[in-house]
Amino acid sequence: MTLLYTEVEEELRTAVRDLLADKAPVAAEGENAAAWNGLARDIGVAGLLVPEDLGGAGASAREVAVVLEELGRAGTPTPFLTSSVLATRVLLDAGYPDISLLAAGEVTAALCVSLAASPYRDISVGVLDEGVAGRESGAGGLQAGAAPERATGVLHAGAAAERVTGVLQAGVVSGRFTGVAGAVGADLFVVPLDGGRVAVVGRDHARVEPVVSLDVTRPLAVVTVDRAPAVVLGGASVRDALLFAGGLMASEQVGVAEWCLTTTVAYLKERRQFARPVGSFQALKHRLADLWLEVAGARAAARNAADRLASGADARVAVAVAAAHCGDVAVCAAEEALQLHGGIGMTWEHPIHLYLKRAKADAIAFGTPGAHRNALGPLVGLPAPE
Amino acid sequence: MVDATTVRQRAEAFLAEHDPSELSPLDWLRARFDAGLAWVHFPEGLGGLGAPRDLQGVVDQLFRGTPDNNPGRIGIGLGMAAPTILAFGTEEQRRRFLRPLWTGEEVWCQLFSEPGAGSDLASLATRAVRDGDDWVVDGQKVWTSSAHLARWGILVARHDPDLPKHRGLTYFVCDMEAPGVEVRPLRQITGEAEFNEVFLTGVRLGDDLRLGEIGDGWKVAQTTLMNERVAIGTAGSPRRTMMGIFAESWNERPESRTHDLHQRALGLWVQGEVMRLTGQRLREQLLAGHPGPEGSGMKLLFSRHHQEVSALEVEFLREDGLTYDDWTFRRPDGVDFLGRGAGYRYLRAKGNSIEGGTSEILRNIVAERVLGLPAEPRTDVAVPWKDLPR
Repeated sequence: MTLLYTEVEEELRTAVRDLLADKAPVAAEGENAAAWNGLARDIGVAGLLVPEDLGGAGASAREVAVVLEELGRAGTPTPFLTSSVLATRVLLDAGYPDISLLAAGEVTAALCVSLAASPYRDISVGVLDEGVAGRESGAGGLQAGAAPERATGVLHAGAAAERVTGVLQAGVVSGRFTGVAGAVGADLFVVPLDGGRVAVVGRDHARVEPVVSLDVTRPLAVVTVDRAPAVVLGGASVRDALLFAGGLMASEQVGVAEWCLTTTVAYLKERRQFARPVGSFQALKHRLADLWLEVAGARAAARNAADRLASGADARVAVAVAAAHCGDVAVCAAEEALQLHGGIGMTWEHPIHLYLKRAKADAIAFGTPGAHRNALGPLVGLPAPE
Repeated sequence: MVDATTVRQRAEAFLAEHDPSELSPLDWLRARFDAGLAWVHFPEGLGGLGAPRDLQGVVDQLFRGTPDNNPGRIGIGLGMAAPTILAFGTEEQRRRFLRPLWTGEEVWCQLFSEPGAGSDLASLATRAVRDGDDWVVDGQKVWTSSAHLARWGILVARHDPDLPKHRGLTYFVCDMEAPGVEVRPLRQITGEAEFNEVFLTGVRLGDDLRLGEIGDGWKVAQTTLMNERVAIGTAGSPRRTMMGIFAESWNERPESRTHDLHQRALGLWVQGEVMRLTGQRLREQLLAGHPGPEGSGMKLLFSRHHQEVSALEVEFLREDGLTYDDWTFRRPDGVDFLGRGAGYRYLRAKGNSIEGGTSEILRNIVAERVLGLPAEPRTDVAVPWKDLPR
């Protein structure tokens, strides 16, 4: 293992950075189709996690993390995290047959869970009605003519999923999911069901209602599917996918924090008050020194999480440490950037607010820093009080 | 370049030819030095093989369990004096000092800080006046750990008060047995005296004890301090940690646990793990030949972490936290931040953000040398030292 970046990873970073500098030179709200097309199709980031024989690049969490760092730094809205990481991870585990379309960037998918869903808590699941339009496929061992299944509506986070991979059947699925990121513009909706199953619904059968969101660069929506025809897959673990995305989110947070730090350092070298650059005052430079240390720590923790996730080993501690630390660091960096820019940091014109909103939303996504710290207790020998 | 295989072969050959049970520990260490297996990155003939620094791990692993030189006792010699002597010493000085330094026969101390020169080290006032072939030194040094054990000290003194403060300094090796050297213990808040005050009154040092050129004292001292920071920044992950000690108490006393303390403990566990990973990443950068600037920040992380964990431990222990193991005035042989009781750990950790560069000075270093922020305007750089307000 290494906490540094490999040559291949540095090349990928350069390609992504150059493309973003060209297509998305400043952070902005609203999805940037030109940037996404370039990233997904020309560089091939949409297929990073997909094996080569399924049309992807056969890369790992380490390369995904590098792309997320750059997207965090650039503040560019794209469906990379929601489609190419979170939904792709679920669909790969479940053996989705058309995964090559996602890998090529021709379609994007959204997992119907709240962005605030935690890997440590139960999530809402859809209801599968097999008795009506369900056609038996015979592929997955569900018995033909079984009584219509009324799911409980809650998937217990700790429940062991039955690992039966692949298309089980066609079905009809219903559910209403709030706080879904990456839903606006998605072609496929992946609805979690119980028992390690998910249902894939096409855009025409889902209703997507955008929500006015804190993070304008990653807007949320309410997704409703009402007796929608779906393909049902087995062998997925939404919980594992949330842990995976949560651990990689740390790298996006490193990118956000790094932008805030470098932008603020540059500004404090230029901005003059009392006839000297304000960055020469110890009251300010000490804050930036502390922030630099926090970002250096965040990078080490995020690299460690990406490396553990790439290795396939137990990554729970590494993910919780990275998510707990990097979530707080990104918010701190954005808040420091705003304060140290003075009045201009408070304006709509300056992009700092986009990073602050992204950082604050990211710290709630896939488990708050506190949720990740709490998860560490039993893992590191610090059990909770009785 | 000497590679890992060569180093391993040399170490294995030494171990095959020498039996630690047949030699005194000192003879064992001398033989190891003479075989170039003391510090492999030093030149041949001076305890090394001219190998890359990271290959020392190969040797240390093979020599585990054999007599060692008690690095805790001679840390200043190993970490600060030795690299400075190697960089600036004459061939004669290197041959005279390095072997007994490494074997621990001769302990070293550092005569830098003064009552009037702490963070502003370059303003120091200890005078060195040339007298024939000798120098006569007068002044007072402070925070001198191991001075009462030391045979030699690395000393910065002012040879010319008419020059601006950085330019009027010269670096010496101070003979701690010379007449006029008086060492007095300085008792700390822990009750013991790790440190000393050193009074230098008419101390005569031969010019052959000068390290570097006359007037190069600041440059030579920078080498010493840079090595101190590398040593702090690249120390391997210790087997025992402040957080590990806290976790033992936490598990032994389930009845003392509260939700508030649990939240703080988890936060500090994350902080410690992030610090460990930051250090690991720094070491990887060094080994890859890209020394990163994180080294100067590691001590900031380390001192904050030690202070916060030890403070939490005292609070967690409740009534036991109200007791202290021993206030007896002692002069310990070495320093162990993790040793003794929780109260000692809490009090000793307060020094971590002061010794070896205060946290405030280290933040200046990170801000100015890593981030490139401008320095505070200064009025003392071009003025003769004797004209500076005091």
